[in-house]
Amino acid sequence: MPAPIRLRELIRTIRTARTQAEEREMIQKECAAIRSSFREEDNTYRCRNVAKLLYMHMLGYPAHFGQLECLKLIASQKFTDKRIGYLGAMLLLDERQDVHLLMTNCIKNDLNHSTQYVQGLALCTLGCMGSSEMCRDLAGEVEKLLKTSNSYLRKKAALCAVHVIRKVPELMEMFLPATKNLLNEKNHGVLHTSVVLLTEMCERSPDMLAHFRKNEKLVPQLVRILKNLIMSGYSPEHDVSGISDPFLQVRILRLLRILGRNDDDSSEAMNDILAQVATNTETSKNVGNAILYETVLTIMDIKSESGLRVLAINILGRFLLNNDKNIRYVALTSLLKTVQTDHNAVQRHRSTIVDCLKDLDVSIKRRAMELSFALVNGNNIRGMMKELLYFLDSCEPEFKADCASGIFLAAEKYAPSKRWHIDTIMRVLTTAGSYVRDDAVPNLIQLITNSVEMHAYTVQRLYKAILGDYSQQPLVQVAAWCIGEYGDLLISGQCEEEEPIQVTEDEVLDILESVLISNMSTSVTRGYALTAIMKLSTRFTCTVNRIKKVVSIYGSSIDVELQQRAVEYNALFKKYDHMRSALLERMPVMEKVTTNGPTEIVQTNGETEPAPLETKPPPSGPQPTSQANDLLDLLGGNDITPVIPTAPTSKPASAGGELLDLLGDINLTGAPAAAPAPASVPQISQPPFLLDGLSSQPLFNDIATGIPSITAYSKNGLKIEFTFERSHTNPSVTVITIQASNSTELDMTDFVFQAAVPKTFQLQLLSPSSSVVPAFNTGTITQVIKVLNPQKQQLRMRIKLTYNHKGSAMQDLAEVNNFPPQSWQ
Amino acid sequence: MQFMLLFSRQGKLRLQKWYVPLSDKEKKKITRELVQTVLARKPKMCSFLEWRDLKIVYKRYASLYFCCAIEDQDNELITLEIIHRYVELLDKYFGSVCELDIIFNFEKAYFILDEFLLGGEVQETSKKNVLKAIEQADLLQEKMLKVVH
Repeated sequence: MPAPIRLRELIRTIRTARTQAEEREMIQKECAAIRSSFREEDNTYRCRNVAKLLYMHMLGYPAHFGQLECLKLIASQKFTDKRIGYLGAMLLLDERQDVHLLMTNCIKNDLNHSTQYVQGLALCTLGCMGSSEMCRDLAGEVEKLLKTSNSYLRKKAALCAVHVIRKVPELMEMFLPATKNLLNEKNHGVLHTSVVLLTEMCERSPDMLAHFRKNEKLVPQLVRILKNLIMSGYSPEHDVSGISDPFLQVRILRLLRILGRNDDDSSEAMNDILAQVATNTETSKNVGNAILYETVLTIMDIKSESGLRVLAINILGRFLLNNDKNIRYVALTSLLKTVQTDHNAVQRHRSTIVDCLKDLDVSIKRRAMELSFALVNGNNIRGMMKELLYFLDSCEPEFKADCASGIFLAAEKYAPSKRWHIDTIMRVLTTAGSYVRDDAVPNLIQLITNSVEMHAYTVQRLYKAILGDYSQQPLVQVAAWCIGEYGDLLISGQCEEEEPIQVTEDEVLDILESVLISNMSTSVTRGYALTAIMKLSTRFTCTVNRIKKVVSIYGSSIDVELQQRAVEYNALFKKYDHMRSALLERMPVMEKVTTNGPTEIVQTNGETEPAPLETKPPPSGPQPTSQANDLLDLLGGNDITPVIPTAPTSKPASAGGELLDLLGDINLTGAPAAAPAPASVPQISQPPFLLDGLSSQPLFNDIATGIPSITAYSKNGLKIEFTFERSHTNPSVTVITIQASNSTELDMTDFVFQAAVPKTFQLQLLSPSSSVVPAFNTGTITQVIKVLNPQKQQLRMRIKLTYNHKGSAMQDLAEVNNFPPQSWQ
Repeated sequence: MQFMLLFSRQGKLRLQKWYVPLSDKEKKKITRELVQTVLARKPKMCSFLEWRDLKIVYKRYASLYFCCAIEDQDNELITLEIIHRYVELLDKYFGSVCELDIIFNFEKAYFILDEFLLGGEVQETSKKNVLKAIEQADLLQEKMLKVVH
């Protein structure tokens, strides 16, 4: 049998292969030869064969049939065999296979071998890939070697111990005694690996950490070693570009960091040496900066005095100006970590950070962006935003979404003026409109709604923006909503902030219809557009028929969402035309949504609920958020708890209660039962805010008294009295307190009081004190009604009472006409 | 350090040292993805990138990429020095090392690495000592060979 070919020969041969197929063929041939050689248990060439196998394995070919052979090589007495055998084990075996456990005995023997290089092989292999079982079995041997005077072995044993501890943390204790004199070594290899071992122990166990701080006085030892490294002269063996053993310096600094963390004494003991390293280290090469970097990390993490911290941040600032992009990257990363705690110090380097936005490296740009957002405040917002908007314009697509979100947040927090805020939003929408996150759209809409004086300006700018290009969905959505809301301002040509444009109703409808038809528009966008068109039916005068036509066309749209909306809007035109103007009224200022409530606002804006249209009128839809909210605003509502349903958002409530307000003409029996329970209310699952969850504390302090009270209702033993108060702050507001009492001999339970007023009034009903009117006049239910009467018309009210009495459900309607003039004049 | 990979500009693997236990399949997948990512980097970019939850430090020497995966608390800049030190060791050993040396003597490249790093950490900071140990081990190998024959 000819000798198997040599390793180098094989490599040469395989490299001549011109195709993948050719290479595969060669490999297969050689593998077959190797396999038969293994079968023959040939000792002489096993080493050579395994080496060849390892080469083929690196090329990506399977080599598992060589695993056992590696073990045989390890067991051999020849050093060559062992060398290749251990290498093979590290490459081919992993701890998932049981085979590797067979190594344990060999390793144990080799750990006690007479030749240190064999011992070294065993330590290396164990330290690289030893499984937990192996580590458990051999920890004792490793510990022994940790105490040897042979520095070659001692350093390897230290790192092997690190691996053992990582695999089997419980074994940490047994290495403790051996660590006693580790740092007294002169040998740098041992020093370095010892520091690594101590670091591992301190990181893993707070007890160890405390022990090393107090008992071993580790900090002074480390400080001493570090000092020697810095002060000692040139040592050729450990010198790297003029710095003595930077690897050891860095590891010592890292261990000091762990020791100094949250410990005043330790931090103080290392203060000087840190300052020394920070000021004396050469910064011209990477190696010096590596040490400075570690130093900065340590200073920032321990309890250092402020002077030292400033020094550290300044080092980072200098890093930012370094030509080496790696250094800049590292600086930005570190600054990002410290910006929260040392904000002012980092602010000083703001301009340099902002310059990094223009860097060519993607990672640097990202960090610079994050850091920039962290540094934005009320003072620098204008300047920063200019830079950030420019960045948004020119950055890679992967950044745009985050950048846009960041800009919106910063703008919201620090906008110097409403106009600036709107302009900024506009700029983002037009620059990166398609990258804006979906949830930003409702937030923006809310912002725009709340900037009341900017409505004309905003809608004009948005209109101009989508005229040319309506492909960016978020932009189009916001624009469509605004046009729907403020279309009247748009065509009226009244804009204070800039030159008003001349737009006709038809032109506006043109653009909205284009959006509807366009292939680029998503379903959501189309929904916005359709609703906007619908809203314009109450704001435009000449084009109502056109709108009607559009709406009816979409009644047969394939898109279910659109179809539904169109059908309901159609119904608004036909059956419920009298409600249309009220339903489509201008949206009032919205409460800040505290939850993650994007879609919720959208729903109230644009969507109508799929309520059956037989008996109920279409519920809320684009209703005024609640006239109560308007009421609150007019009353300077800061001290007034908003009329919020018990649900955590301050969304406008559902139809039921509001309809009672708005539509005094409606037959009350037709209205949905406005029970506080949300169940009866379709879609938005919130109870009618009117009849719900607020305290009925008096909400003004400045109330005028002296108006005579009336008995609004008295029938079947139930009496309801109204008492009046007028507000000083707002003469249009009347506060009515009702008191319901029960003179019968049985309680009235589930008592619900509802009220409706004519269209020119607005009503807010706060929650009742209870739902039981006790018998024999022993108690009353109190409830507060607030009425807004801006036109000072005669107050009229229709009330509906429902309650359970004597086992049956009672219901009654009544009109209250006997309001005293002082209550409304 | 979790692992170190050496690969050519064509993406051919020249050395792989793993310090964490992973299956062959996982190693192949990681290698493939990482090689692709690093090769796609432009020359002006910095030597660090985030990949999965690791920090990747890489540097190109002639036709070979040296690529290390380090953990969050490890110092990127000193890792660059570690890579450089390894290249210096190879250079001293092979005399002006080039990719071919590493291809034809891959086992030696491993032996040198194993005298410099152990379990992912630096075990010897003196260049001289590492080279001395390799030299001695090589001598031992020859001596023992002679003995057998």
